[in-house]
Amino acid sequence: MDMKSLYLLIALSPLVGSVIAGLFGWAIGRRAAHVVTILGVAVSAVLSIGVLKGFLDGSTQVFNAPVYTWLTVGGFEFSVGFLVDSLTAMMLVVVTSVSLMVHIYTIGYMHEDPGYQRFFSYISLFTFSMLMLVMSNNFIQLFFGWEAVGLVSYLLIGFWFKRPTAIFANLKAFLVNRVGDFGFLLGIGLVLAYFGGSLNYSDVFAAAPALASKTIQIIPGVEWSLLTVTCILLFIGAMGKSAQFPLHVWLPDSMEGPTPISALIHAATMVTAGIFMVSRMSPLFEMSDTALNVVMVAGSITALFMGFLGVVQNDIKRVVAYSTLSQLGYMTVALGASAYSVAMFHVMTHAFFKALLFLGAGSVIMGMHHDQDMRNMGGLRKYMPITWITSLLGSLALIGTPFFSGFYSKDSIILAVEHSNLAASGFAYFAVIAGVFVTAFYSFRMYFLVFHGKERWMENHGSHHAHEGDHDDEEPSDDHHHGLGPNDKPHESPWVVTLPLALLAIPSVLIGFFAIHPLVGGEFFNGVIFTNLEAHPGLEAAMHHAHDAMAMGLHAFVTLPFWLAAAGVALAWFFYMKAPHIPAAIKQKFSGVHTLLENKYYMDELYFAVFAKGSRALGTFFWKVGDMLLIDGLLVNGSARLVGSVSRAVRKLQTGFIYSYAAVMIIGVLVLMTYWFKPLILR
Amino acid sequence: MFANPLSLVIWTPIVAGLLVLATGGDQRAPLARWLALAGAVLGFLVSLPLFTQFDNLHGGMQFVENMPWIESLGINYHLGVDGISMLFIVLNSFTTLMVILAGWEVIQKRTAQYMAAFLIMSGLINGAFAALDAILFYVFFEGMLIPMYLIIGVWGGPRRVYASIKFFLYTLLGSLLMLVAFIYLYFQAGKTFDIQAFQALKQIPLQVQILLFIAFFLSFAVKVPMWPVHTWLPDAHVEAPTGGSMVLAAITLKIGAYGFLRFALPIVPDASIELAPIMIGLSLVAVVYIGLVALVQTDMKKLVAYSSISHMGFVTLGMFLFTGSQMNAWAVEGALVQMVSHGFVSAAMFFCIGVMYDRVHSRNIADYGGVANKMPIFAAFMMLFGMANSGLPATSGFVGEFMVIMGAVQVNFLVAALAATTLIFGAAYTLWMYKRVIFGDVGNHHVEEMKDVNKREFLILVILAVTVLGMGLYPQLFVEKMHLSVNELIAHVAQSKL
Repeated sequence: MDMKSLYLLIALSPLVGSVIAGLFGWAIGRRAAHVVTILGVAVSAVLSIGVLKGFLDGSTQVFNAPVYTWLTVGGFEFSVGFLVDSLTAMMLVVVTSVSLMVHIYTIGYMHEDPGYQRFFSYISLFTFSMLMLVMSNNFIQLFFGWEAVGLVSYLLIGFWFKRPTAIFANLKAFLVNRVGDFGFLLGIGLVLAYFGGSLNYSDVFAAAPALASKTIQIIPGVEWSLLTVTCILLFIGAMGKSAQFPLHVWLPDSMEGPTPISALIHAATMVTAGIFMVSRMSPLFEMSDTALNVVMVAGSITALFMGFLGVVQNDIKRVVAYSTLSQLGYMTVALGASAYSVAMFHVMTHAFFKALLFLGAGSVIMGMHHDQDMRNMGGLRKYMPITWITSLLGSLALIGTPFFSGFYSKDSIILAVEHSNLAASGFAYFAVIAGVFVTAFYSFRMYFLVFHGKERWMENHGSHHAHEGDHDDEEPSDDHHHGLGPNDKPHESPWVVTLPLALLAIPSVLIGFFAIHPLVGGEFFNGVIFTNLEAHPGLEAAMHHAHDAMAMGLHAFVTLPFWLAAAGVALAWFFYMKAPHIPAAIKQKFSGVHTLLENKYYMDELYFAVFAKGSRALGTFFWKVGDMLLIDGLLVNGSARLVGSVSRAVRKLQTGFIYSYAAVMIIGVLVLMTYWFKPLILR
Repeated sequence: MFANPLSLVIWTPIVAGLLVLATGGDQRAPLARWLALAGAVLGFLVSLPLFTQFDNLHGGMQFVENMPWIESLGINYHLGVDGISMLFIVLNSFTTLMVILAGWEVIQKRTAQYMAAFLIMSGLINGAFAALDAILFYVFFEGMLIPMYLIIGVWGGPRRVYASIKFFLYTLLGSLLMLVAFIYLYFQAGKTFDIQAFQALKQIPLQVQILLFIAFFLSFAVKVPMWPVHTWLPDAHVEAPTGGSMVLAAITLKIGAYGFLRFALPIVPDASIELAPIMIGLSLVAVVYIGLVALVQTDMKKLVAYSSISHMGFVTLGMFLFTGSQMNAWAVEGALVQMVSHGFVSAAMFFCIGVMYDRVHSRNIADYGGVANKMPIFAAFMMLFGMANSGLPATSGFVGEFMVIMGAVQVNFLVAALAATTLIFGAAYTLWMYKRVIFGDVGNHHVEEMKDVNKREFLILVILAVTVLGMGLYPQLFVEKMHLSVNELIAHVAQSKL
């Protein structure tokens, strides 16, 4: 099999599964639907691993070729084409392997749901979209995949389309992403207009150096650097998909979808798209310090301030969701520090441990009979041992425990930021360091509340609908029951759920140790990701440490991040195991802060008031005043009334047939016009 | 295949329409339906050779027919198509077929007349696209108003009389000035109404060009429709039966845009360049202002009608993006693709609304909710068309908008940025409507009683879905037909007539 067919097979087999399950799911039944979709993703996963192996041992060459011509216009040709290099290969494995785990898990999680086949069709389609995105060799196909991911996330978040909150969340997610796409598409437009008239990555990157000092006027009279404007516009797209401040608001709400898709959206696909895209565009971003500063600031704000929100959440999924936002902020900060390879490294480790955490949370939710409120949990470790252990491993990875995967990627980010020379790096360093403590605190707050302590589902029974806050956090569709019954006990999930947990736990623990050397310190990304080390030295420090994973792990015990993480865990233990009255007292004392956090800094309210209500008010104004009052009322009906009164006077002459009206009108006006325009015509 | 393919695409549906009319009253409605279907299928089949046998490698007019009609006035029966008009003839024949199917058992009153009106209109529209003689064009252009007027006036909703008269007066008023322009050009071109002769005129002073442009503008802008002469369209759509809306949106609007390409730009290029900023401004108003107006509509048909105006804003925008005297190839072809795509997508959207209207007899968004529970297949199709309406890649709706935006960035970034807001507004008004109508729990007992699509509706939805996806995934098939004609147009417009 030649490489092109191989790559086609990788991309298309999830699509085939999706189409079969989606269009013929009603005929083939549940079992066949999950078999065919899992098979499709499994084929992709196995082949992707083969491709990655080829890149690791050097036996596979970079592949860059068109598949078919989509469009030619103005002498330019646009193709759907594949670029498979080491970056793509890594993403292929991350996407397909996590997706495969999610597929298997879904068998258990969704088995009661009437939309079973539809769900499998969607998640396979999602995988396909993401594969097209990462395999693209040009901006158009990237945008295709980009939008397709947005579409399927819309479908998935709104999967339980009867629930008002779900269909609010999916519309919001789509529109916020569209705001990002708005910038992204304009960025692509600038690329096409100025970078040699091509949208192929290789042509664009080749044209970029010559444009280093080119400026354009967007507002007449003001010169802006072309590269800066282009990069910032592209990054706006990344802000949408990767949920960076201020376009992050869609992500917490995406929890309205079934848990497996949270794992898919938040771990391996969608949110990684923005990070991937910026890494792919590293030759462009390297040429604009201004753009990199913007990236870094957005990332820092997201990393720290979204982490704070995780502290006050009581919904188990939302805690994990805010940790995703915060971790995406870390990745973005790494991008800003020009440590693209480190960002991608964190994408990979995060994909595994975040998928694990989400699926673990889902398993807890199943064990609790679809109750998501952590205040009703506690002591679950006795009842759900596999979920407990794997979740613990995932949490340890997330907070950056030495030798765990998250440690290597997060410490590399911190190192890179510490040594970055950008203006924003001071703030960014503070954000990522403080973020370590916050992450550890909310992660272990969740861990202790769920798995340790008192078994609160007994005492709280009957009251777990009395939520604080404004959102309906209940997970299931109407046919599910809510929470544990009086005589129920939490139970461990079936093997289709625990197997993915176990399989994801392995890379969550180990992959950092083995991957850091090639990915960060080594030459895996050479020629693919470009960092100008002279101008942006941040990466060098991370590279230096990456050479010896063992030494890096040991050295960690004498560094600040480790002690901050340990302090976070200790505080969480103290607050939620030893002295639960303290957090309650703090909450009371600082109720202003607590309310602010609980309401997510009121950004949803702000956006809703300004954008949603604002555009509706504007639309109503245009409609009622512009169209109805001015145009119709004054011009159209006014002249109609005039015509009407004249015609009443001459009604006697009329025959009543519309054709004769028309004919007379035509003739009459013609005569008049000819008369008026006579001088012009006969000149 | 045939000696006179263009005459065939014009007269086949008209003759078929007359035959259908001859079946008479409603007691023979089944015969009328099948006869109409046969006529529409035949009409579509005879239009296909235009597409398949079109020569992409040679410019100019193809399938030309030319014979004298009214010799004393220099009026000829002169037909021909280039890569631009050909596409719309095929689109029109296709749409007619869809419309006949869409009205199948829905129209129970005066079935024969309904079907006949569409067939005759189809032939007249084909004539307008194929005409190379200005008077011939004018006859077809005006003639097609009559069946549409009747369709709205006879089979329309409660305010059909207001709507049809508004439609008629609006569109008639503009076109009269065009006729005056034709007469002026007739004398300038040496007593001929040949459109190509008009285009070949070497010297026209700027003031005259501007007057001519205004005449063309009033005629075509009403049809497109451009802001501020657009208010007839929502009313017409709301009152028109489903089929009428489909043709109105898919085809009738395109004739206005086509008129700019065929008449205004090549005949008076300097005035076009001179007035381009105004045209761009009005187009952007259409995209932004109308996009916002669409957002607040409570009537589904009005919403899609406003969305049509907003999408047509891209068409006029694409046509008037100049760099110096050079039209932008991206933008022009984007405008054309947008026209074809909008033909499919808007027809599909109006059909979807019609399907729901047939069941619940309401167009109000508030009267629905949770349709997906009762009509899952329908909901899936409407999702696809809604996404196409929002310009999602891999649907046809994306291609044209994308090309116009790409072209606009090359000409003026701010224009591009304003146009690109459609990414947000288009998604907002379409998906918000979808959310309120399709998603959610079953809204009321009317929705509770809704049955999913029948075979006929399914067939129409599948055909439309295939075209929408096909054009999104492989637009090259359409675009390669238009390259040469567009290049010729650009070269022609670039030559000043001052």
